[in-house]
Amino acid sequence: MHLNFENNEDKLIVYMSGELDHHSAEEVRNIIDDRLERDNYNKLIMDFGEVTFMDSSGIGVVIGRYKKLHMRNGKVCVTNIKSSVKRVFELSGMFKIIMSYDDVNQAVNNI
Amino acid sequence: MCYNKIKIEFLSKSQNESFARVAVAAFASQLDPTIDEITDVKTAVSEAVTNAIIHGYESEEEMVTIEAIIEGTQLTVIVSDLGKGIDNLELAMQPLYTSRPDLERSGMGFTVMETFMDSLEVKSDKGRGTSIIMKKIFNPLS
Repeated sequence: MHLNFENNEDKLIVYMSGELDHHSAEEVRNIIDDRLERDNYNKLIMDFGEVTFMDSSGIGVVIGRYKKLHMRNGKVCVTNIKSSVKRVFELSGMFKIIMSYDDVNQAVNNI
Repeated sequence: MCYNKIKIEFLSKSQNESFARVAVAAFASQLDPTIDEITDVKTAVSEAVTNAIIHGYESEEEMVTIEAIIEGTQLTVIVSDLGKGIDNLELAMQPLYTSRPDLERSGMGFTVMETFMDSLEVKSDKGRGTSIIMKKIFNPLS
């Protein structure tokens, strides 16, 4: 899994590409958490546009970041959810607590 | 009726999760699946193998076995480990339950397997291991 970061004012955007499973999840969470801490962000946009596979480990990663930022009144949202990963997201009920936007621009304007 | 079978064994390393799901997907491709059907199988296999690696075994030196069988339009996948077994199966299968909250797991593994496959059966003996038996019927292209 490959990660690319971008920042927009006070928001951290992470573009993920590749497969998000239990193996890659640990690295992904460590790298994202490092960035969040280092520059003290409390708004995170996770872009799934190039994620080709995801199992329930991905839900753990998103919920984990949500819990972390929620504690300091921050926000997490997801963008570009494609059909290959959508079913796992829907099954988890995660969309009840985490907003999903069609693209990063929309997310930047809304969170 | 078309019949075919494979058996693969690999070390309980998380690197092998992607190998396992791709191998089963490649075997299932002879059933002319749709992309959605293949995604379902890959996701379910990934969950079962992850469970064997995280919960079944405590080291990376053990073997996980996958058997996949094609009978007509039905695919059966059996993921087995010889690990510690599941203490309370009913509890383990509840959505959102995880025995390892320390690992940031979602507790959705069995729910994903149940939803993405047509049937799921779990056999577990404490101290002797766990087998997950999943079946899916593929709709032939007409």
